[in-house]
Amino acid sequence: MKAPRFAYEKPQSLDAAIRLLADGGDGAKLIAGGQSLGPILNFRLAQPELLIDIRTLPELRTVRDEGDAVFLGAGTTHAAIEDGRVCDPTRGLLSAVARTIAYRAVRNRGTLGGSLAHADPAADWVNLMALLDAEIVARGPSGERRLHAAAFVRGPLTTDLAADEIITGVSVRKLSGRARWGQYKFNRKPGEFAEAIGGFVHDPELGMARALVGAIGDAPYVVADAMRLDEPAMHDAVSRAGFADGTYEHQIHFAALKRATAQARGA
Amino acid sequence: MTQSARKGVGARLRRKEDERFLRGRGDYVGNIRMVGMLDVAFVRSPVAHARIRAVRKSPGLESVVFTIDDLTGVKPIVANSALKGFKSAPQHVLARDKVRQVGELIAMCVAPSRAEAEDIATQVELDLEELPAVVDMVAAIEPGGPRVHEEWSDNVVLETLVDDDLSTIRANAAIKVQRRIRTARQCMSPMEGRGVVAHYDRRLDQLTVHSAAQMPHINRAGLSECLGIDQGRIRVVAPDVGGGFGYKGILLPEEVCLGWLAMMLGRPVRWLEDRFEQLAANANCREHYYDITGYATADGRLLAIDCEAIVDSGAYSSYPFSACLEAAQVSSILPGPYRMDGYRCRTWSAATNKPPILPYRGVARTGVCFALELVVDAIARAAGKEPYEVRLACLVPPEAMPFVNITKKFFDSGDYPEALRRAVRVLDLPKWRERQKRGEPDGRRVGVGLAIFCEQGAHGTSVYHGWGIPMVPGHEQCTARLSPDGVLELRIGAHSHGQGLETTLAQVAHEILGVDPDNVRLIHGDTALTPYSTGTWGSRCMVMSGGAVATACKEIEKRVRAIAGKLMEVAGDDLVLEAGRVRVAGTDRSMSLAEVAHVWYRAPQLLPADVDPAGLETTAGYKAVRDSGTFSYACHACAVAVDTELGTIEILDYVVVEDGGTLVNPMIVDGQVFGGTAQGIGTALYEEMPFDAQGQPLASTLADYMLPGATEVPTIRIEHIETPSPLSYFGQKGIGEGGAIAPPAAITNAVNDALADLGVEMLESPITPRRLLTALAAARARRGAG
Ligand SMILES: Cc1cc2nc3c(=O)[nH]c(=O)nc-3n(C[C@H](O)[C@H](O)[C@H](O)COP(=O)(O)OP(=O)(O)OC[C@H]3O[C@@H](n4cnc5c(N)ncnc54)[C@H](O)[C@@H]3O)c2cc1C
Repeated sequence: MKAPRFAYEKPQSLDAAIRLLADGGDGAKLIAGGQSLGPILNFRLAQPELLIDIRTLPELRTVRDEGDAVFLGAGTTHAAIEDGRVCDPTRGLLSAVARTIAYRAVRNRGTLGGSLAHADPAADWVNLMALLDAEIVARGPSGERRLHAAAFVRGPLTTDLAADEIITGVSVRKLSGRARWGQYKFNRKPGEFAEAIGGFVHDPELGMARALVGAIGDAPYVVADAMRLDEPAMHDAVSRAGFADGTYEHQIHFAALKRATAQARGA
Repeated sequence: MTQSARKGVGARLRRKEDERFLRGRGDYVGNIRMVGMLDVAFVRSPVAHARIRAVRKSPGLESVVFTIDDLTGVKPIVANSALKGFKSAPQHVLARDKVRQVGELIAMCVAPSRAEAEDIATQVELDLEELPAVVDMVAAIEPGGPRVHEEWSDNVVLETLVDDDLSTIRANAAIKVQRRIRTARQCMSPMEGRGVVAHYDRRLDQLTVHSAAQMPHINRAGLSECLGIDQGRIRVVAPDVGGGFGYKGILLPEEVCLGWLAMMLGRPVRWLEDRFEQLAANANCREHYYDITGYATADGRLLAIDCEAIVDSGAYSSYPFSACLEAAQVSSILPGPYRMDGYRCRTWSAATNKPPILPYRGVARTGVCFALELVVDAIARAAGKEPYEVRLACLVPPEAMPFVNITKKFFDSGDYPEALRRAVRVLDLPKWRERQKRGEPDGRRVGVGLAIFCEQGAHGTSVYHGWGIPMVPGHEQCTARLSPDGVLELRIGAHSHGQGLETTLAQVAHEILGVDPDNVRLIHGDTALTPYSTGTWGSRCMVMSGGAVATACKEIEKRVRAIAGKLMEVAGDDLVLEAGRVRVAGTDRSMSLAEVAHVWYRAPQLLPADVDPAGLETTAGYKAVRDSGTFSYACHACAVAVDTELGTIEILDYVVVEDGGTLVNPMIVDGQVFGGTAQGIGTALYEEMPFDAQGQPLASTLADYMLPGATEVPTIRIEHIETPSPLSYFGQKGIGEGGAIAPPAAITNAVNDALADLGVEMLESPITPRRLLTALAAARARRGAG
């Protein structure tokens, strides 16, 4: 199928993009890498009148040190993270996850901001940023907001973002040298979206011990105090994430969480 | 002769066609550009079963939207079988009165671009009265339910019965295993989808239909029947085709629609299938159900098979193979490569509100091999034997060849037990049994599985005329022409779309004429330029087109000898053709083929007056010694690791021992086996088009319809046995489909081997993590209860 007709603008600055978005109202839509929006347009599931192309906006490509965190611009591609072309404050977790997103061709264009805004419940960044307790930075006509990633996603394909806001980037805390992490993506074959994601991060210096039951068809489920997460507790966490004991979904999410935790603990 | 050994029959010659394919320079239907060409988008049925109350065109769009009422004179596609009891289901090229599957064509919209045509399509209003859908084939053949075709008495397209009195065997067999086995509906997925560009040539008064087709001459016949114009006024051109597998062995309603439209508008029109149409409208193969019982002696020797099988045939009968070929084939090939004393099989072709079935690479063999080989493994477990042992006890042995099996199949040659023994040896069964006993450090379970089958290829008239379908293969022709510069042109009516015929047929020509394969051009895929052929299907081309090319080249050889003999003043028989030259035997006097051709065409004054004027062009035909088909066969053996926490399966090793008779190009044969095996792995573990209770297909992108990719296909180790067929020109056998036949059986047997002591036996393809974990949980519950 082919997309219906639409107008196309490529603003030269973030401010111009925000103005176009505000002026365009419901009929306007941002496009970054186009890797989620492209198919949606072709299937005619969205029929915007105006596409605002923000893929190459320099403001969205910035990466800066914020002291105890690193700010990654929304336009950072999965491939840039995979290749280590941008700083990874998590000591390898970001690039390990980036590598498992889609296929290289998709990673070359797909962006951090696009992935978060699209909020597919199975998307890797959506889940990982919740695990890391990262902050999503958004800018609209009335200024900038910082939102907790864990609360940013409201449900499948819905976020806290206002219609006239643009995600400018994500602020990810720097993990210490003593931090340990583990992540397990269960999918049918490499390059596919996850059927289950398990995650575990423990950083004694930050006092952080978090676990993730991800790709659950809804906002990610995070255990914020996962210090003493043993198997029965994992079992419980998966149940609380919404899967009845004994179901296929419970089994795969439990296995993913168990494997992520084992990886982090060096088992 | 050394030259011949390197380039002729048996050489691992690189594929000539890869020069353009690997550089992305193939020329497909989608590459065709014509001045004034318009694009077509179809309005398709959103529901599986409904009465059409009305199709309304928006005002102003009457001249760019067409329904069946506009297509005056166009007849429905009819693909009947003459088998007794077959029920006919003519398919209107655009729906009339009813729709019977999601995706059925309802209206055709035309515009300067596809996007605009789709815009128009959204403005066509459908008024449909939904009817209950027939979705499950097992329920479909029960009496009393809704009917796909109301004028029928039930949903049975055809019932067949091969009967036998099994009562003695039933009473005496020490082992009896009964299984209910299912294979999922699949969507054949060539890289290139279907596509049609049609235009009308006023000068020639001819409709040209470019189509991604495997059988252009058959499509021409079908177009002629539906459009009501004679075949001379139709030319079908299949340019480069990006994979067929059976998906393109069909007369498409889209072809008929576009043919009509091109003539009506006097402008070229194009339709290119997209992946959404392919998945949502055309999932059309492999869906079988078996209730199968195997009887065996206490030590596992197979005595008899008793089977009731259903094939989900979908809503219509595809042209030319029909809605019943697959189920009827089940009953004739289910005994596989085994000897047995008794055999009974009843089949039903069930009509459902799903896309019409098409024969996919391996056709019914993949399902049949799955059912039979799972049962043989179950027998082995019951007998406490290694699966290869029970097979060895009943495989047709080499000394029995040629062998007529219980369903009257003529096995031409081969050593089936050797294929099995070799596969077991190459896989190194003891190594895996040892590792299985040891256990994996990561907790996964290892299993080993086997499957063996034989594949009938290039079967002809005697096999097909009995079906009484619109196509009966006869003899095959080739036109060969040695052109003035010594280049050999070969014209065949079959089509090459992955088989490598441009290379292998050049090798055949080289074998006979000594012409360098680089100097051979194969012309195929164009009804205006090639002799009639039923086309490319049924693993037939290397045998049939290969035989035709050889026969035509033999005739050219005779003529070259005559001319060159005159020129060099020796008897034609004293000449040797090799390395592109004609040499007087035992001397170094020679002339090149180009010199011979030059004299014939451009310097005839040099020829004596009594020269035969027939020239260096000929059409010659070929028929096999008998047309019951060549029987290639193969044993697939694999080892898998099963992750019982996630339900995933990794193939650790995969071995194929294949006998394709004389191999014309072993490298191309390897390629065929690799590709087929990859597709078989798809059937075994990934590919499935689920439908909901309303008949909606549930996979609409390749994210939902999972195909194996590079990471899912392991290294496949292939070994060849070469037992020439006594029936074909060089002893070659058809092998094109074999790779896709055995993997579901071999892999499932391996999984069942890994899980046997947990009481799990998988009987349905594909083995998805969900199916596997569900089976494990059920077995746990049983153990808990027991
Ligand atoms: C074959 C395939 C496989 C894939 N597999 C995976 C996978 O395994 N895991 C995974 O996580 N993802 C996967 N994806 C999705 C991929 O990662 C996308 O790139 C990503 O989800 C969207 O990023 P994008 O830049 O392409 O966004 P776009 O497609 O351009 O936009 C997506 C949405 O976000 C909005 N948007 C974009 N940028 C911003 C912004 N800065 N602020 C506000 N809104 C914005 C757009 O308006 C649109 O609604 C896959 C995609 C494909 C095609």
